[in-house]
Order: sequence, then C-alpha cells, then structure tokens
Amino acid sequence: MAIADIHVAEDTHHEDHLDHEQSFVTKYIFSQDHKTIAKQFLITGIFWALMGGLMSLVFRLQLGFPEATLEWLRPIFGGWITESGKLEPEFYLAMVTMHGTIMVFFVLTAGLSGTFSNFLIPLQIGARDMASGFMNMLSYWFFFVSSVVMFISLFIETGPAMGGWVIYPPLSALPQAISGSGLGMTMWLIAMMFFIVSTMLGGINYITTIINLRTRGMSFTRLPLTIWAFFLTAILGLLSFPVLVAAVLLLIFDRSFGTSFYLSDIYIGGEALPNSGGSPILFQHLFWFLGHPEVYIVILPALGITSEIISTNSRKPIFGYKAMIGSLMAIAILSFVVWAHHMFITGMNPFLGSVFMLLTFIIAVPSAIKVFNYITTLWRGNIIFTPAMLFSIGLVSFFITGGVTGIFLGSAALDIQLHDTYFVVAHFHIVMGSAAFFGMVAGVYHWFPKMFGRMMDARLGYIHFWMSFVGVYSVFFPMHYIGIAGFPRRYYSFTNFDAFNSYADLNALITIAAFITMSAQFIFLFNFFYSIFRGRKTPQNPWNSNTLEWTAPINPEHGNWPGEIPTVYRWPYDYSKPGAKEDFIPQNIPFSETPESNFPNETESIKLQGIDKGDAIIVDETEE
Amino acid sequence: MMNLVLIVGGLLVLTIIIALVRVSSLISVARKERTKIDKSSNKVNGLLMLIFLIVSGVVTIWYSISTFDDYNLPIASEHGLETDRLFWITMVITGFIFVLTNILLFYFSFRYQYNEDRRAYFFPDNNKLEIIWTVVPAIVLTLLVIVGISTWNDITGKAPKDSEVIEIMGFQFAWVTRYPGKDNKLGNYNYRLIDAENLFGLDFSDRNAHDDFMPRELHLPKGKPVLLKIRARDVIHSVFAPHFRLKMDAVPGMPTQFWFVPIKTTEEMRVETGNDEFNYEIACTELCGKGHFTMRLLVIVHELEDYEKWKATQQPWLAKNPDYISKIPEEMRELAMINAGISLDEK
Ligand code: HEM
Ligand SMILES: [Cu+2]
Ligand SMILES: [Cu+2]
Repeated sequence: MAIADIHVAEDTHHEDHLDHEQSFVTKYIFSQDHKTIAKQFLITGIFWALMGGLMSLVFRLQLGFPEATLEWLRPIFGGWITESGKLEPEFYLAMVTMHGTIMVFFVLTAGLSGTFSNFLIPLQIGARDMASGFMNMLSYWFFFVSSVVMFISLFIETGPAMGGWVIYPPLSALPQAISGSGLGMTMWLIAMMFFIVSTMLGGINYITTIINLRTRGMSFTRLPLTIWAFFLTAILGLLSFPVLVAAVLLLIFDRSFGTSFYLSDIYIGGEALPNSGGSPILFQHLFWFLGHPEVYIVILPALGITSEIISTNSRKPIFGYKAMIGSLMAIAILSFVVWAHHMFITGMNPFLGSVFMLLTFIIAVPSAIKVFNYITTLWRGNIIFTPAMLFSIGLVSFFITGGVTGIFLGSAALDIQLHDTYFVVAHFHIVMGSAAFFGMVAGVYHWFPKMFGRMMDARLGYIHFWMSFVGVYSVFFPMHYIGIAGFPRRYYSFTNFDAFNSYADLNALITIAAFITMSAQFIFLFNFFYSIFRGRKTPQNPWNSNTLEWTAPINPEHGNWPGEIPTVYRWPYDYSKPGAKEDFIPQNIPFSETPESNFPNETESIKLQGIDKGDAIIVDETEE
Repeated sequence: MMNLVLIVGGLLVLTIIIALVRVSSLISVARKERTKIDKSSNKVNGLLMLIFLIVSGVVTIWYSISTFDDYNLPIASEHGLETDRLFWITMVITGFIFVLTNILLFYFSFRYQYNEDRRAYFFPDNNKLEIIWTVVPAIVLTLLVIVGISTWNDITGKAPKDSEVIEIMGFQFAWVTRYPGKDNKLGNYNYRLIDAENLFGLDFSDRNAHDDFMPRELHLPKGKPVLLKIRARDVIHSVFAPHFRLKMDAVPGMPTQFWFVPIKTTEEMRVETGNDEFNYEIACTELCGKGHFTMRLLVIVHELEDYEKWKATQQPWLAKNPDYISKIPEEMRELAMINAGISLDEK
C-alpha cells in the first residue's frame, strides 16, 4: 500500500510536467488520462446508443404499422426496402440482431463500465490514475477498432449478422441459411474478439487499481458501493469473457475450417453437409456461460451508481452497506451457476432443468435484499429530486418489475410457454436494458459536473426523465400481455397466424411510445452537448456529496489532485449524522474534527488514526 | 385508437414546446453559481411520483381485467392446466410483492421530499429488518421452487407406454409430420438420404419405414397421450403450440421430444371460443432465418375414434412415391410393397 502511494506521488511530478508539453493528440486522442478515456467511452457509447435506438425504431415501425410504406427510407437502406416499400424480412432480422448486440455490448458494457469505472475508480479511491494508463488507452482503442468493424459490417452487400445477438449456430455458421451469416457474421466475430480484448484490458486495470492504489485509509470497508460494483463487475468480465472467446473461436473454426464442433446431420441448400458429431447445444452452454454473467456485468455498475446517488440525494446513509456488498458478491458468484435457465427447452436433461431452476431462485434473494435496502434508504430521508435521483428511482422501479417477471421465466414449467415470446423481451428490456440505461443516464447527470466542470440543466433533465420513464413503461409493459398471449419474438410480422393476429392496436401504441421515448433522448443529447460548452459553472461539491472525487479540483488535471492525495478517515455515507453541523461529512474529514457527531467507537479510533494532517511519506499502520 | 394517437401526439408536441421554451431561456440565462435546492420543482417531481403510481396502477388494473380473455389463450392440454395454475400462483405471490414495493418506492419518494427544516433519519442498518427480508423471500421462493419443480417433473417425466408416437421435423421454412403407419413404429432415417421428395431422409432398408405416412397437418387424438419426436434438419427451430402450452426446440443432430395429452377437439374449441374458424396452430420460436415468421403448421384434434378413422384412410408415403421402390434393396422390394399397401401387379 504505502509503497504504491509513494510511487504514484513520485509519478505525479513527472506527469504534471508532461501535461504542459502534451500535444492535442496525446491529450485528447491517445490519452492515458483515465478521465479522458472515460469521456471517449462515453461519447462512443452515446453514438452507439443512438444507432441502436434508431434501429429499434425501424423495426418497431414494421411491427406497429405493418401496412405503412417505408419507401421514404430507401435513400438510407437502398435495396433492403422491397419493391412494395416494405422492409426486407432478412433486413428486419439484421436490425434486431445489430440492435441487441450494440445495446448489450457496446452501450451497456463498454459505454457503462468503460465510462464510469474509468472515471470514478481513481477519483473515488484516491489514485492519480489507473494502474496502467497505457493498457487503459489500449482498452479504448481496441473498443474503437471493434466499433469500426461492426459499423462497417452494417454496409456490406450481404448485410450484417442476422442470427440474433446470441448467434446460435448452425444458423450463424452457415451462409446458406441466411445471408447475414456470410461476411457479416465474420465481421461480427472479429469485432467481438476486439471487444473482448478491450474488456479484458479494462477489467485487469480496474481490478489492480482498486486493489493496489487506494489512498491511505481507504480500506475495502470504506469503499463507496460504486467501486464495489465496478470491482465485482470487472471480475465477472474477466472470468466469463474468455469463455465467449472459446465459443467464438470454435464457431470460427466451424465456419472457415470445416470442423464440426457445433454442426451435425445437416441438409441445407439441396445438399447434405459432411459435418457430423457436433452439438449446437454446446454453443449455447458456452454462450450463456458468458451470457448470464454478462447481464450482471450490465446491471451491477448501474446498481452501484444508483446506490451512491440515492444515498446522496436522500441525505441518508445507504441502508445496510454491508448487506449491499454481500448481495453484490452473492449475485456475482451465483451468476456463474444459473446460465442454463436460458436453455430449459433445448431438450437438455430435465433434471438439470430442476437444478438450474433452484439456483436461479436463490439468486432472487440477494436481488430482493437490494430492493428492500433501496426503499429503506428512501424512508425518512430528505429527498432531493435531481435528475440523477429521478433516474435512480426509476431504475429501482424497473429492477422490481423486471425482477418479478424473472421469477416466472426462472420457473422451468412456466418457461415452456413464455420462452422466446415477447414476455422475455419485456423482461430483459425492463430489468437489464432500461434499468442499466437509467443507471448510466443517472451517472451522467450526477458526475457531469466532475467531468466537464459545468452543470447540466435540471429542468430539461426532469422532462427527459418523465418522458423516458413513462415512455419505457409504455413500450415494454404491454409486451407482457402480448407475451402471455404467446407472440414469439424475432417475428417480422404476425399475420400468418390466427393465434397472433390480434393486438394490432397495442403494437401501434408501443411503436408510438417508442418514438416518444426516443425523442426524449434528443432533449438529453442537447442538454449534454450544450452544457459541455455553455452550462452553468459547477461549484466544488454540487450535490454535497461525501466521496473523494468532489475534493479534487473542479477541472482536475492528469493526476487528479494537484498536491497530496487526501487521506480517508471514514465510510462514504455519513449523511445527516446526528449532531453534525452539516448534513454530510466527506470521507476525508477525520473524526477528530467532528467530536460533536462521533459515535463512541469512532472517538476511540481517533487515536489509532493518529496522523490527522497526513504526510505523504508516512506509512499508514491502520491499513491491513 | 386514432383518438389515442392524437392525444399522445398532442402531449408530445406540448412537451417539445416546453422543452424548446426552456432551451431558449437557457441560452439567455446568466451563468452564475447556485447550489440552492429548487424547492418548487422538487415538489412537482414528488407529486408526479404519486400521480405516476396511481395512474399507472389504475391503467394496469383496468387493462388487465378488461382484456383478460384476449391474452389468456384457452388451454388444450392436460399439463397446460397445471402450468397455468402455477402461473397464477406465481402471479399472485409476485404480484403482491410487486405492488407493495412499488407503492413504497413511490410513496416514500413523495412523502419524504426535501424540507430545509428537517434532517433525514440516520439509519445505517438494522439486523432484525435485514434478517426478516432475507428469510421471508427465501421461504416464499422455496415454496415456489417446490411447486415449480414438481410441475416440471410431471411434465418432463417419461411418456406413457401407449402414447401415440408422431414425428415433427422443422426445416427452412416449414414443419412436416410423420406417422408410424400400421406397424406403429417410425422407420429409420438418415440425413444423407434427404432429397426434394424424401424430406425426412427415410431409409427404406428399414422395414418400419415402408408404411410411414406424412399428412400435411398434425392430427391428434383427444384424451390420448401423444409423444412428439422432434427434430430439425438444417438449423435450430422450435415447436410452439401455444394452446397446448407446449414448446420444445428442434435441433439438427439431436432429436428431442415432448409428450402431452390433448383435452379438447378442434370442434370443442370452436364452440368454447365462439369462433367457427378457430384452428390450433404450431409456430416456430427459434430464429431460423428469413421465413421464421411463416413456419405455421395446422393442428387438428379429433375425438379418438375419428382419429383412428382418419389414420386408416392415410396412404403410406411409399405408395404415393412408387419411384422410390427402385432404390430399395432387391430382396426387400416385395416386402416393402406389401407393407406400403401397393398391389404387387403394378410393378
Ligand atoms: C428505444 C428503446 C428500445 C426499443 C423500442 C427496443 C425494442 C426492441 C424490440 C421490439 C425487440 C425485439 C424484436 C424482435 O424480437 O423481433 C428488441 C430486441 C432486443 N433489444 Fe431492444 N429496444 C430498446 C432498447 C434496448 C436496450 C437499452 C437494450 C439493452 C440491453 C436492448 C436490448 C435488446 C436485445 C438484447 C434484444 C434481443 C435481440 C435479439 O433478439 O437478438 N434494447 N428490442
Ligand atoms: Cu440468465
Ligand atoms: Cu424459426
């Protein structure tokens, strides 16, 4: 610990020096400053969110207004619009697939973790930067390359990948099966490989930084919940993404080198393929071994962010800090043993189905604890509705709604009817898509002042929130009904079936709601970019928050704190402590300065803390 | 519907106007520091929380009740009765938690809005509370798991011996079915024997294949266990018969199965739904390509005796495609013709 501190302290001078000579390129493009890299992730994430969102509007148009002519989209989509002005069914699938891939991986993994882990870890634990600025930079640029490859794949002749974001073979392995499984799929696989490298580089960095570079006094039990969430997320990623590498590699072999890992007994395009002995189900096991942890990779950071925001804006400590950490850990561990709940009806052994059902229900317990703790934090609080707070409350509501439907889907017998229907679409959009999206937006509103030194406009934030919140519920809640009625997902149109030939009204309504929700995001975009340049200047600590980032200068240079890094003396949630002068006590205030609010055991610990006016060279003996 | 669109559209225009007004006032606003909490908007937001809770609650309840019959498909299988019961048990339990927690969430947000003169209550933890809300959900979930697993085991248990065995195969982009014929045994197949006619790749060197027949629909007997043998020959498909609460993937190279007991004939269902044109259907629920959304198979449930009568009228595939007799090993040809009911003179 101490050694690391000293090293970093030495480094600063070095880096301060560098800052002056930095050219535009090293400062804004190939930057090694975690704050700049975070912004790069954020901007790229916003770009992808926009792409993914617009794609969803395209296929929502088809679903909501199947009769309408989309001739006006021809200038953009060209041949993918049929003679009669309709979306080509394969193109519909391409849009759905790209939308899912982009949202899950590029927006809610890279855009969310990439932005906030990078931005907050050093600032909240009191470090000058990430453990390796260079790896961190590489992490972004691998993501960038991945993005470029994926983006180009949208424009190729045979179309981008079309087999769904889960790319189940044989569909994804055989170009004869669907045109997107040609070059488009190859590019998807290459892009994902780059993406995984990026995630690994980032993850290793987050973990090492959190373990090694915490400032003096910042023990694990004093870490803000954001950091705990990022920490566990990074571990999840590190353990699960390599399995996706394996799955993808084997798929590449099957596609290009004639192996039969996933292929067997196939007759397609008028000929019998030579492959035999493979199993498409193997792919699904490998995929979901990543896929399920992945949904937690998406949601945990959002939960961390909202823990912080809800506590700050309720002016109350987060209820059950230790229980929150415990549930995060339980969720993280259990998330590795529930993957086959995505596969109840693939024909796997029914006994396995029972086991995975049991494990899935166990994971519901820590999730429930988190919800109760959030609600108790609000109870008797003194709630300030900043836009960030509103989005956090929205997240909790989504987490409840989506969690409840998860109980249905986790029950194998019920999944028989609900699997691959719109019920699933409703479930994961609410619990993972919208919840994580709200967490990300909440984070942007909350830490915007730290990122850009200016404030975003609150009123526009309110409008953004209410339109999005009502919008999201109006888009996804009705899908439950359609799902219970059995409507299958990834359907281009429902008119072929008597059973699914209803609900045209509801589908139209959903599409309208989707447009409204999307238009609200433009209010956000305006607010975001306008405020970067012309927003109100922020005060030092705009939300009266306890965490360390607000002790850094308003516009921190590379190195974050000009002088010494502050020492931490207390946990981050001393809000509204009885007896205290203000309703918050930042982490860097020693107990010796707050005799009026100390609890007996804290008064005692003053002696242990010893070094009130810390000196950079002194080793902190209280550290473990 | 049109009205709704207009209302929604109107609201949209309104909010956009508000946003625009806000934007213009923003541009002219003096950029000075301010950390004061904006109390009026805090109140509005708090109130909106409550309004959202009430309005969305009312709309949800109203819609759920008034359209109940639309989204609850009538049940047509024995196990469907069980899964639907489980569904509603789960709905009641989770519904209770859902309503309770959402009410608390929005009510607390409204009730405890910022007030300068008040301090929040410093309440960092409470072991008793935390134990309660760990243990209670754990118990409730355990109960659900127990009911759920026993239902699941019933459904996925071994099919009864006297089950009617029928094969269903998915390919891009249709379902085809195969019945075992008089010998009650499905013949062997080999995917390398598939061609434009022989969709299943039937192997006629197996005598059981000779009398297999393939109708264009799936015919089922009411009240008798049916064992569906499910497979696919190109990519993964999934058999989904919504009224029967039946779904199972069709995987190339890995045959799967699902057994169930139909409890209502098509006729009975027509009476029950009051729809003369009602038909059972099978859809595909695993993305399989361009025509995924078109993979429909008609299902017809007969009374048992009608079913037997219908079966007796069906001609073996081989009888309909006599060309294939030449592909059968010489010594089996005669047998095959007898099995398929082709008169030997024809040759
Ligand atoms: C503007 C908001 C959004 C709308 C209107 C929307 C709508 C939809 C719809 C209707 C589908 C199903 C299409 C089909 O099955 O035919 C879908 C698929 C999907 N969406 Fe979204 N979505 C939105 C945002 C998001 C977000 C934020 C995520 C992030 C997790 C997300 C992730 C997915 C995934 C993973 C799929 C499945 C793709 C697949 O089937 O391969 N969506 N979306
Ligand atoms: Cu899962
Ligand atoms: Cu299909």
